[in-house]
This record gives sequence, structure tokens and C-alpha cells, in this order.
Amino acid sequence: MAEHTRAGSRSLPRLLMSPAVITLFLWMIVPLVMTIYFSVIRYNLMQPDQTGFLGLENYSYFLTDPDFWPSIRNTLVLLGSVVLITVGFGLAIALLINDPFPGQGIVRILLISPFFVMPTVNALMWKHMMMNPVYGWLAQVWTFFGLQPIDWLTDYPLFSIIIMVSWQWLPFACLIFMTALQSMDREQLEAAGMDGATYFQKLWYLYLPHMARSISVVIMIEVIFLLSVFAEIVTTTNGGPGNASTNLAFLIYKQALLNFDFGVASAGALLAIILANIVAVFLIRMIGKNLD
Amino acid sequence: MQSSPNANPTTLIIRTIAAWSVALLLFFPLLFLAVTAFKTEGQAIAVPSLWVFTPTLENFVEVQARSNYLHYAWNSVVTSVVSTILGLLIAAPAAYSMAFNPTKRTKDILMWMLSTKMMPAVGALAPIYVMAKTAGLLDTKFALIVVFTMSNLPIMVWMLYTHFKDIPHEILEAARMDGASLWDEFRHVLLPLGMGGLASTGLLCLVLAWNEAFWALNLGSADAGTLATLVASYSSPEGLFWAKLSAASLMAIAPIIVFGWFSQKQLVQGLTFGAVK
Repeated sequence: MAEHTRAGSRSLPRLLMSPAVITLFLWMIVPLVMTIYFSVIRYNLMQPDQTGFLGLENYSYFLTDPDFWPSIRNTLVLLGSVVLITVGFGLAIALLINDPFPGQGIVRILLISPFFVMPTVNALMWKHMMMNPVYGWLAQVWTFFGLQPIDWLTDYPLFSIIIMVSWQWLPFACLIFMTALQSMDREQLEAAGMDGATYFQKLWYLYLPHMARSISVVIMIEVIFLLSVFAEIVTTTNGGPGNASTNLAFLIYKQALLNFDFGVASAGALLAIILANIVAVFLIRMIGKNLD
Repeated sequence: MQSSPNANPTTLIIRTIAAWSVALLLFFPLLFLAVTAFKTEGQAIAVPSLWVFTPTLENFVEVQARSNYLHYAWNSVVTSVVSTILGLLIAAPAAYSMAFNPTKRTKDILMWMLSTKMMPAVGALAPIYVMAKTAGLLDTKFALIVVFTMSNLPIMVWMLYTHFKDIPHEILEAARMDGASLWDEFRHVLLPLGMGGLASTGLLCLVLAWNEAFWALNLGSADAGTLATLVASYSSPEGLFWAKLSAASLMAIAPIIVFGWFSQKQLVQGLTFGAVK
């Protein structure tokens, strides 16, 4: 009997884990194998009669696409900028609203709101109502101060996308930091205050170490979502002008659903997976120890 | 929360003004969107922007009439709710056994699950598209539900794991000593103690699924399209109808924002991913 329960307690956890593990494994391996297969054959929806093994031709096509290196650069610039902006401003705002003040609850609700906005709405709202060079609100502000309004999406396309994505993710960072601040050791802070520590000393020696883990979590989650920003680009700049706001996700999309070339798109997808893995390795090196 | 000892009236006033300014600045685009939704097309593009005008509901009526808002809203509700429930059903048992019966490989499995999420969705676009097309599942709610469930699953397992890990082991062991079956354990210990974790995980995934745009745009259109698809259809450059675009946008985001406001306490707890100890 004892033998039975011990065996049972070993296999039951496995049984409970299997649905998640099996479905995720299938979700990963089936597309991966298909992608590898597509990437070495000729597979264009517009030319269904042309088939055959291509070897690495799709890869060299994708790699020599003049948009390829710019798209890698744009992907990383977008990712890095948004992470820096959201973590930096997120920390500042969280510290600002940590202590009670009149209307704290409403301020929290206003701040959290952009996180619930779907990317397509976010993009269209900024594209038209904020950044339109004639009617947009920013143009009105610029005119009010006697400046020449900026045509954001034409002149600063990648920066515009960075603004939109940062606006969406700032509340997320801010909320996690706020929650982490609530568990700061007040007595320690007061003791430091009595010992004459300045605000920046407290920030550097007390607040930031306490926040290390939540900063890591924010970076990790943002990297997961920001490596493949898509909707904001497709609804505003369509990767342009030229390739100025084309990231890797958009370039693959362009090959797959605009040029109907699934072979080249699959080669691009595998390159994107490699890039994601490189980033993941860096990430885990940098912040992995905080995550556990 | 007591105010810190060095809080004097001047810093409180400065802090209050600064905090409100930041909050209003960040909220402003949404306010502008909401106000524009109640303008006529002419008022919408007036420069300088109008803040006093007679509100009209005609944009909302027209969005419903022209693109059948309720159809897309229903698709959004079905796909996000069903995928969340399905995800919880798959993720909770896995998170349970990882938290309460950890082995040497538990951490590795968890990291592996998260790494599947790091693979950009676009990497799977061609195969998923081909599979859906071959199976005749393009533009069906079923395809979107499966995809939403799978893409949220790693995050669900991780979140639930961090929540379950915080439940004291002793309680479960005591229940087992008393001869509780797995079902008793689940019903009397895990469910009440893990409810917070399940709720906040579910809420977050509901929001993520509601706002999912990549798969919704690529796999769904007229039949199974969600509100993300509906809004994208208003982006055509030739028809810049701001008032209607705003009305459609507001109708697409209002349900989830209001939902978010009411559940923010729970949600914030879930968002921390065990980041706060």
C-alpha cells in the first residue's frame, strides 16, 4: 500500500503536467518543423506550379534583402528604447505616487488605462488624433508655441512607433514598480533618513536593490512582447517610409502575406527565432539571477 | 500606509500636482479619443480642437450599422473568455504539480515554456496559416481560440506557479495526513487559497486575448474577426473619418478598460509575476 501511494505521488504530478507540456511541445515543434521544411523549398502561393528543393536559396534571398539589416537594427532599437523609457519613467512615476496624496486612487486608474488599449486602437489614435501634422493635437501644441508642426510618421517613423509602444507599456512597468515599493521596509528608510542619507543615496542603496527583481520581471516580459511588435507598424507606417520603421516581424509578414512567398518568409522566421534566442541568452545572463 | 515623517505641506502639494499632471498627460490621448467619438466629422477635425459642442451619438449608430459592431464584439467575448478558461484548465494542474512536487527539472521546464513565448509569433505565421487553411479553419473562432490559448499558456503557467508556490506546503501536507483525496485537497485547500492567483491570471489573459492583434488580423476577417480586426478596417488612408474611427475605437476598448478599472487590484497582483515578495 505504501509502495502504491509513493508510486502514485510520483506519476500523478507528471500526469497533471502533461496537458500543458504536450500541447506546448506540439505548438512549438509542429510549426518549427514546417517552417524548416518551407524554408528550403520553393513555396510561393502565387506560383503554385513551381515547386522543388532550393537548399539555402531562400535564406540568401532574405539575408541579401536590402531591408534585412535595417530591420534587425530597427527591431533592436525599438526594443531597447521602449525598455529604457518604460523602466526609467516607470520607476520615476512609481516613486512619485507611492506615498498617499489627494486622489491617489484616481491617478492610479488613469495611469493603468493605456495598458488595456488594444494595439490597433493605440496606433490609429496616435497616428490620426495625436500625430497628424495638420489636425493632430501635437501639431496644435507646436503651433501654439510658434513652432513648425512635425510630420511625425514621415519624418520620425521609428521614433513615433517607440512613443506609441512606450505609452502602452509604461503603465505596466509603473504598476509592477508601485506594487514592489509598497513592500519597502519603512523602518530602514526612516533609519537611513535619520542618519542623514540624501534622497539619491536612499534611491541607490535602498530602493533600487529592493526593486531589482521587479525590474528584471518587467524587462523579461517586455522583451517577450516587444521583439515582435506588429500591429502598431502595420496600422500606421506600414514599415515605411522606405524601410525606416520595418522590424523583423514586419519584414517576414511582408514576404508571407504581401508577396505570398512562404519559403522566403519561413527562412526569415528561422532567422527571427535565432535572434530571439540570442536576445534570450543575453537576457538570462544579465538578469537571470534576479528571476529565480 | 502612513505618510512619511518628512512629509510637509509644501512637498505634498508639489507631489500632488506632479502626480496629477503625469496621470492626465498619459491619459490625455484616451480622453481626446473619447471626446472625438461624440463629435460630427466636421467638428472632429476642427483646429483648434473643440471642447464645447453638442454631443451626438450618430457615430456609434453608424459604426453598428456599417460594420456590425455587435458581431465583432461577440467574437471578442467568445474568443477571449473561452481561451482564458481553456488556458486555466490546462495551466492550473501543471502549475500545481510544479509548485508542490518540484523535481530537478521543474525550473528547466518552466524556462522552456517561457522560451516558447519568446519565439516571435510571426515565426509561426506561415505554418499556422497553412495548417488553418488546410483544415478549413481560416477565419473561424475555433482557430483563434486555439491560438490565443497556446500563446498565453506559458505566461499562465508561470503566473500560477508563482502564486501556488506561496501557499504554505504545511497546509496541504496536513490535509493529506488527514486522508484528504486529491479532489478534497483541490476543493478545500487549493481553490480557496489559490483563488487570488487564478483570478488575477485569468484577468490578465482575458485582457491579453481581447487585445491580441497579430493573429486576429492574420487569421480572422469577416466571420471570426475580433474588435481588433474591426478597428483595423477603419485605418484605410482614403477614408479619414475621425469621429467614426473614434467611435469604433471607443466601442472596442471601453468594455475591457471598464473591466480593468473594476478589477485593477486583482490584476495588479497578477501582473507582478511573483516579482514582489
